[in-house]
Amino acid sequence: MITLAHFIVLGAVLFSIALASLFINRKNVIVLLMSIELMLLAVNINFVAFSRFLGDVAGQVFVFFILTVAAAETAIGLAILVLLFRNRSTINVAEIDSMKG
Amino acid sequence: MIDPQMFQLVCFYAFAAVTVVAALGVITLRNTVHAVLSLVLTFFSTACIWLLAEAEFLAIALIVVYVGAVMVLFLFVVMMLDINQERLREGFIKFLPVGIIVALVMLGEMLALIGVRAMHEAVMGANPATVAGMSNTEWLGHALYTQFLLPFEIAALILTVGVVAAVVLTLRHRTGVRHQQASQQVRVQPASRIRVVKMAAEVPAAPQPEAGKETTP
Repeated sequence: MITLAHFIVLGAVLFSIALASLFINRKNVIVLLMSIELMLLAVNINFVAFSRFLGDVAGQVFVFFILTVAAAETAIGLAILVLLFRNRSTINVAEIDSMKG
Repeated sequence: MIDPQMFQLVCFYAFAAVTVVAALGVITLRNTVHAVLSLVLTFFSTACIWLLAEAEFLAIALIVVYVGAVMVLFLFVVMMLDINQERLREGFIKFLPVGIIVALVMLGEMLALIGVRAMHEAVMGANPATVAGMSNTEWLGHALYTQFLLPFEIAALILTVGVVAAVVLTLRHRTGVRHQQASQQVRVQPASRIRVVKMAAEVPAAPQPEAGKETTP
């Protein structure tokens, strides 16, 4: 029998995997963007599970909005990436330091 | 006779295992194209898990929007950029222990904080949409178009801004290339193309030069 714990643990595991990716793939912007997608997915799993177990529609509506915002974010992020590669010929985060931050 | 709830549990474990393995593939695969395809598998198996949670509309939306649109966009960009993979993999081994330790610590903290044991008591009850006498899509649609109408419109606005921003960011004006300019073509007036000249229908013939008398050019 599936319990709420199953979904929550799966979400936590996915989020931790995405977090580890931020450390080990710290140079590749594309993989970093994909890690963000994984984190959002982990959060969405939690929302869907709580919506189902508490019987509240707001959780699923919120997943809908997260999907929308994530799609817009990905489109803009990839556009910036293309622009960056066109101007600098690299997507290595270590070499993108012209702002000296 | 197999118990349906047991069958659901077995399905959940199978889909969860595929999800986790594919997510590990996303972060460890050497080739970025393979990583993107692995992410597609992650999304797909997550959609299956959402089906087990009876969130049918979101499961289909995840496949249509994410696998169908966002991941294809990712694949386009990855294949378009000519990236030196080896330079980007520098520090992979160096930071691997740090990443694993941080991830495990965070996972332990999260599981301890949210109290997984207490949630084991929460058993999946009746589907709230079915209780309300609707399908999942109808249930979601009722909430979206009544209670959440303004956020829904704002979401549409955000998508429009995203499209315009993506186009504007990647647009470039090259110099020295001849383009057709539609706006100028539309704006053109007849007067700038042809000139109507008023002239008599017949003109009296010019007097002929006298024969034998050459005209110097």
